[in-house]
Amino acid sequence: MADQLAGKGAARAARRKNEKGNRMENGVRRPGWGTYLILGSVVLISVVPLYYTFLLSSSTAGDIARNPIPSLVPQSHFIENIGRVLSAGIGFWPALLNSILVAVITAVSVVFFSTLAGFSFAKLRFRGRNGLLAFVIGTMAVPTQLGIIPLFILMSKLGWTGKLVAVIVPAMVTAFGVFWMTQYLSEALPYELIEAARVDGCSMIRTFWHVALPAARPAAAMLALFTFVGSWTNFFWPFIVLGSSNPTLPVALQLLQASYFKDLSLIMAGVVLATLPLLVLFALAGRHLVAGIMQGAVKG
Amino acid sequence: MTWSQRLSRWDVRSAPYLYIAPFFLLFALVGLFPLLYTGWVALNKWSLVTGDQGFIGLANFQYVLQQPRFWDAVTNTFSIFLLSSVPQIIAAIFIAAMLDANLRAKTFWRMGVLVPYVVAPVAVSLIFGQLFADESGVVNTILTSIGLDPIGWHSDRLWAHVAIATMVNFRWTGYNALIFLAAMQAIPRDIIEAAVVDGADRWRTFINVTIPQLRPTIIFVVITSTIGGLQIFDEPRMFDNFGLGGADREWMTVTMYLYELGWNTQRNLGRAAAVAWLLFVIIVVITLLNYAITRRIASSDAHPKRKAVAR
Repeated sequence: MADQLAGKGAARAARRKNEKGNRMENGVRRPGWGTYLILGSVVLISVVPLYYTFLLSSSTAGDIARNPIPSLVPQSHFIENIGRVLSAGIGFWPALLNSILVAVITAVSVVFFSTLAGFSFAKLRFRGRNGLLAFVIGTMAVPTQLGIIPLFILMSKLGWTGKLVAVIVPAMVTAFGVFWMTQYLSEALPYELIEAARVDGCSMIRTFWHVALPAARPAAAMLALFTFVGSWTNFFWPFIVLGSSNPTLPVALQLLQASYFKDLSLIMAGVVLATLPLLVLFALAGRHLVAGIMQGAVKG
Repeated sequence: MTWSQRLSRWDVRSAPYLYIAPFFLLFALVGLFPLLYTGWVALNKWSLVTGDQGFIGLANFQYVLQQPRFWDAVTNTFSIFLLSSVPQIIAAIFIAAMLDANLRAKTFWRMGVLVPYVVAPVAVSLIFGQLFADESGVVNTILTSIGLDPIGWHSDRLWAHVAIATMVNFRWTGYNALIFLAAMQAIPRDIIEAAVVDGADRWRTFINVTIPQLRPTIIFVVITSTIGGLQIFDEPRMFDNFGLGGADREWMTVTMYLYELGWNTQRNLGRAAAVAWLLFVIIVVITLLNYAITRRIASSDAHPKRKAVAR
């Protein structure tokens, strides 16, 4: 059944693509070189600072002090600098592991609980549904970061400060995720499938697991990506609640800067270490991020 | 009714609520409760180390409002916010218009502008901190090599704000461009074609037809960047290695001031909570103001129905 659903989704996507393609080709001519020139510069501005970071991370602090652009081709000190970061006493290995753990657990949890709630909001009938959904959407505009002080007090009382669970638990399900999955499932999951599962004797939770979850796969993958990126780049709360004893990568970068601010090649090697995993992910799945942002924009 | 029928009925009745419960429980615990309880902490003498030391009324608010540093922080935050959001939204709309053209290798260009989004703000700040270093920074080296004076990025208030706003723009312009691109593609083509038939050139069509159609999306982007932008912390925190916002607090934002009071110099959570509450009020007021202004502009739109379609 899952395959069948995925097939349907793909067919729909292909149809949508076709419509767009036709619209484009109907009399809209290709843009001139000026457009490519400007877009090319925008992409260059996006990428050059990252290449520059790599250049610095392959250089030495002395060379950088002599000339802030030591050379336009990478030098030979990259591996050496990476080694120095890993042995710098900041705990970069544990930080890398922490970041992976937090991002993966958060992504899985957000996808699971958001799909569960999205299934309920999109396909089940119950009293107060519209009001509750409006409430969920409304919470997206609440700056919850400002509740950080009681949240910190709460974590201290629980004895969670310095522990990853303090970063994971508050992020386990998000209003955006619930809204996103509700939007997707209300279109992608036909009532007939749910009814068929119910007639076959499935309980609600089995219906969710065997029908809704497989149908939600494309949107769930995008939600997982966004959650992963958001968790990986998050600084403020981990910085406050984890501190220097058990950092994630952004917190480790802050520690690196505070202790080794004169050693630029070392700091930039740290930046490369913290950024490269997401750049690899972006190369593999960036098109889904693009699609996700564009779909979210139209629906949101 | 058999036992299993009864169970099944209970299942159908309770399932909807059970499935949405995790969100509401978590939001109550880590979202709503902390936000409201901030108001209570702000009314108490509350130390980071020794905890609650009793009710003191509005003394924390009085203290914070009398600090020149708090007002500096408010000014800095607004300055950085304006320098980042206004140019960013304008640039994003123009980039979106170019991405909306019938490009070759569409996916490449869309991904290309999104690359900075996956770089953590902390990393962005470290990179741009070097580009904007006062001595031996890239920008100043280029400026002096073409005979201009170097800029005091870390000593001049406004230039520090420009540098920090540049970091924010670097990370978010492409992201917002994709949002605008999606909105542009949702504009019914017949409206554009009608304008072209009426003899409008491309620029006039863009200003008079495309931009008004984008209004709901512009409101959305303005509101989300207000809520995020006024809480800015990562980029200014990492702009130098001390993290206090400069010798004279040239780029200390409200959230940095909150951190400084609560965790750094005073370890006074009560005063930090007062700052949090004041920032909350500022954000609510600015958001409502934004909404009122953009809605008034929107109501003068000649095609309210079309707008609903575009949305």
